[in-house]
Amino acid sequence: MMRRLLAVIVVALGMVAPAAASEQNPTLPELERELICPTCHESLAASSSPIADRMRAFIRARIAAGDTKSEIKSQLVDQFGESVLAAPPKSGFNLLAWILPLAGIVLAAGVVGFLAYRWSRGRKAEEPVDPSSNGRFSLDPELERRVDEELARYDA
Amino acid sequence: MAGRVKIVLQAAAVLVVALLLALLGWQVFQKDKEPDLGRAAPQFTLPQLGSDTELALASFRGKAVVLNFWASWCGPCKDEAPLLESAWSRYKDKGVVVLGVDAQDFDVDAQRFVDRAGITYPIVRDKHGSTLGHYGVTGFPETWFINAEGRLVGEHVAGPLTEEALERNIRIALGEPA
Repeated sequence: MMRRLLAVIVVALGMVAPAAASEQNPTLPELERELICPTCHESLAASSSPIADRMRAFIRARIAAGDTKSEIKSQLVDQFGESVLAAPPKSGFNLLAWILPLAGIVLAAGVVGFLAYRWSRGRKAEEPVDPSSNGRFSLDPELERRVDEELARYDA
Repeated sequence: MAGRVKIVLQAAAVLVVALLLALLGWQVFQKDKEPDLGRAAPQFTLPQLGSDTELALASFRGKAVVLNFWASWCGPCKDEAPLLESAWSRYKDKGVVVLGVDAQDFDVDAQRFVDRAGITYPIVRDKHGSTLGHYGVTGFPETWFINAEGRLVGEHVAGPLTEEALERNIRIALGEPA
């Protein structure tokens, strides 16, 4: 149990460390992927518009000045608005953009589960089991009589 | 009972799909829709470049307005700026205002552009580009002309202005024969 817990902690730390390093020492390519060109609305990495070139120059200068990733993004949001971010910030009203897809998936899974449950119950209800049959399948009396006749003829 | 639940779920699914399609159609229809000439100019209040003081388009009611959308990185905007500055000098005492709207730009670049071009007419900063969609602006520079009643008149010039087009449309905005 302790080993498992330690393993989880090590994996979690392994994921947190690069994120912290990226926040403190961002690179131009990763910021280009997380920002949008305000004129062409493409990823900054894919855009060759004049304002995209100017934004890249700004980002390089801010990285050289030692700004963190959040600080650089915040300065760009101040100049161009939140539409410059490729993903909405995880705060305020924008939090809905993160929560709603997850809520949708959970709701859809619930609906599918509910329908599957109802469907399986419906099928069971359609096949009533005779309590005296001890779980065995019971034949129509006429069919049972004919089977008995055939078996008797076969034995004879 | 199961049949009723099924019908309600189907109706809800159809409603959701219909709403999404309606939203998509509305977005496509609304996007960068250019306002009609003769209609009231879309109103806005924006901070002036280099200050926190806000300027409302409505404050120019009673004057003809040359509304010019620009950005510092736009080459033709550099060529056009002297024409606009010249028109502002000649017409500011005759009831004409030249109003620049700078968008999709850095503050510092916009201020440098204004200083270098020697622009003295008012400039507002539209940091979020909120006016661009209302005026159907798809590139820079673009210019609209507004008369004293606040209506869009003359031509919507999408691209650099010529001296002739500027003079002609200012006269139209002033209600003079073009």
